[in-house]
Amino acid sequence: MKKFTKIAISNEEDLIMGKSLFPVTCGNNLTIGAGKVYPEINFTLPTMMITKETIPEVKKHYSEIMDNILNRSKILNIPGLVVEFEQLPPMTDVPEWGAEITELIKKELDKFYVETGIPNALRVTVLDLRDADHPPLLRTGIASEKTISGFELCAQAGADILSIESVGGKEVHDQALMYGDLHGIAASLGILSYRDMGWLWDNITSIAKKYGCITGGDTACGFSNTAMQLAGQGMLPNILAAIDRAASAPRSLAAFEHGAIGPSKDCAYEGPIIKAITGYPISMEGKSSCCAHFSPLGNIAAAAADLWSNESVQNIRLLSGTAPEAFMELLAYDCRLFNKAIESNNALELRNLMVESDVEHSVEALILEPNVVIEIAKAIVNKESGYEKTKAAIETAYNSIDVSLSNNKISLSNTEIEWMKKIEEEISAFSKTEEEAVEYLEMMYGTFFSSQAYGL
Amino acid sequence: MNELLEQLAICIERGKVNLQSPFPVDLKGQEGADELTKRAIENSIPAEVILNESLMVGMQKVGDKFEEGKAFIPDMLIAAKAMNAAMVHLKPFFESGEVELKGDFIIGTVAGDLHDIGKNIVRMVLTGGGWNVIDLGTDVKAEKFVATLKEYPNAFIGMSALLTTTMMQMEVTTKAIKEVSPATKVFVGGAPLSQEFSDRIGADGYFPDPNKFVKYLSQAI
Repeated sequence: MKKFTKIAISNEEDLIMGKSLFPVTCGNNLTIGAGKVYPEINFTLPTMMITKETIPEVKKHYSEIMDNILNRSKILNIPGLVVEFEQLPPMTDVPEWGAEITELIKKELDKFYVETGIPNALRVTVLDLRDADHPPLLRTGIASEKTISGFELCAQAGADILSIESVGGKEVHDQALMYGDLHGIAASLGILSYRDMGWLWDNITSIAKKYGCITGGDTACGFSNTAMQLAGQGMLPNILAAIDRAASAPRSLAAFEHGAIGPSKDCAYEGPIIKAITGYPISMEGKSSCCAHFSPLGNIAAAAADLWSNESVQNIRLLSGTAPEAFMELLAYDCRLFNKAIESNNALELRNLMVESDVEHSVEALILEPNVVIEIAKAIVNKESGYEKTKAAIETAYNSIDVSLSNNKISLSNTEIEWMKKIEEEISAFSKTEEEAVEYLEMMYGTFFSSQAYGL
Repeated sequence: MNELLEQLAICIERGKVNLQSPFPVDLKGQEGADELTKRAIENSIPAEVILNESLMVGMQKVGDKFEEGKAFIPDMLIAAKAMNAAMVHLKPFFESGEVELKGDFIIGTVAGDLHDIGKNIVRMVLTGGGWNVIDLGTDVKAEKFVATLKEYPNAFIGMSALLTTTMMQMEVTTKAIKEVSPATKVFVGGAPLSQEFSDRIGADGYFPDPNKFVKYLSQAI
């Protein structure tokens, strides 16, 4: 296990788009995080069922998507490209289907590289099926076997980068989030998720080594993005979603402690904290992923991005062409602007504009402000265990929000202010030790999780 | 309203479960829904009066605050938790038939889909709203919905899906339900859905807001 005891990027001005301390070279001669931001295009199927009978149609969709996005990439003369194939449940449930589509996409990318010389890579994100059981078994059982097999077969079929949106601890985090139980959130992320990430990424790293793939990283999508979406609909306090984001960073860091080297997953909005700690490149998504979901982080998300993604878009017709092709164009133009800013030494100015334009509107954006990111990153590396790291991230995020409120840098509604008080009270009542926190989880959420699944 | 019932309604609205509950901070150390309901029964207040004039009043208030943007889902669920603590004491009166729940509601995430946070929120708001909820979990096949309907023939049914590749399972399930019981009302929810989709698959409604849905159901019975 690799330990990060100090942060790699300590000067907030160095936490910037397109530049990482440890660039990653992969796929067809693509180096990520070495001075350019590249598009990472993602797509999904239109409304249809995936069955044995529809698999030929499914493949036809992926072929059409690849033809269209590669054609657009060539016309716009992009400097490089990552294609993400994010699996849908049946594609991991029948891992051979996932592998067949991986092979299909990889062949297209290889052909494209020969024809155009444009560097590219394929990220395959295997679906984490392991929460199919209640409580999830995670390390054993058929769902776990299929998930691991999904990695093995896709690595064999040509995946360049391996990733996952893992779900360990989600069964408890979901409950805690719905009740606004910050103690439960801290313990589920800092103990359960953190432990599961260690186990899972040891396995992924070993498969990646066997096939020469890059270990991209994970995301707290099922955790903090759930919080962000619920907050966006007025169902959760924004302040809770903001703190949940900071709290998720140690569990996503665990992937890097267990072999990941980036680029981390696009929907991991905690990415800048990971980049500050590890120095590895990250993928991010913001305004150009509004085809998949809304967020209050549209501009700020790009501040430290090395890849810039659209998250996902259905293969449907728009006036211009197909939706994946249209979003390929959108990402290409976004990246042109980022790269021109880097080339002309205006990157910091552009970054600051993107940061400032969002922070004044959202407490969730405040957590991604580079100086706040650095503070949270420092707090995390100063602590030993996953639970201690998570508590430190929460406390630092809370203090940053509190100071910004006092300085009138951000404003919150009275209803949100009430939650600030509740959160302050909860932080002061956190369990002191991991053992006490596990006892708390067992008392509150014992029916939702299995201790054995986490090696407890 | 009787002072005790008034206090109890406040405990429900603000999610004060029992004496030990640390929240809300300003009610710390005071009795909660658990103790006050017990006392109301000991004071011979009829169970139906406790339910309708106190517990439901508290739930209604927090629901209204939610609609006005002055409360969040956790506020409603903590209120529902306080309500459940009170209901434990009222259970014997339900079993004897003295007081009735609003009805049965079967809920589940459709086949092939493992997402359940939206479904769980609806379940908890329904329970807090006085419904008997039968939660079938995730990845629920049409046959399971139909089999459960046979056990609860007067139930309403709710389905959720998050993926464009699983929402079509809603059509399969709705058809299967309507085939055996055309009068059964089927509702759908989930991020990629719309009223138009609900109409197209023959369901009886799409609701993006759990509180509005529970209100709608209460008026529908």
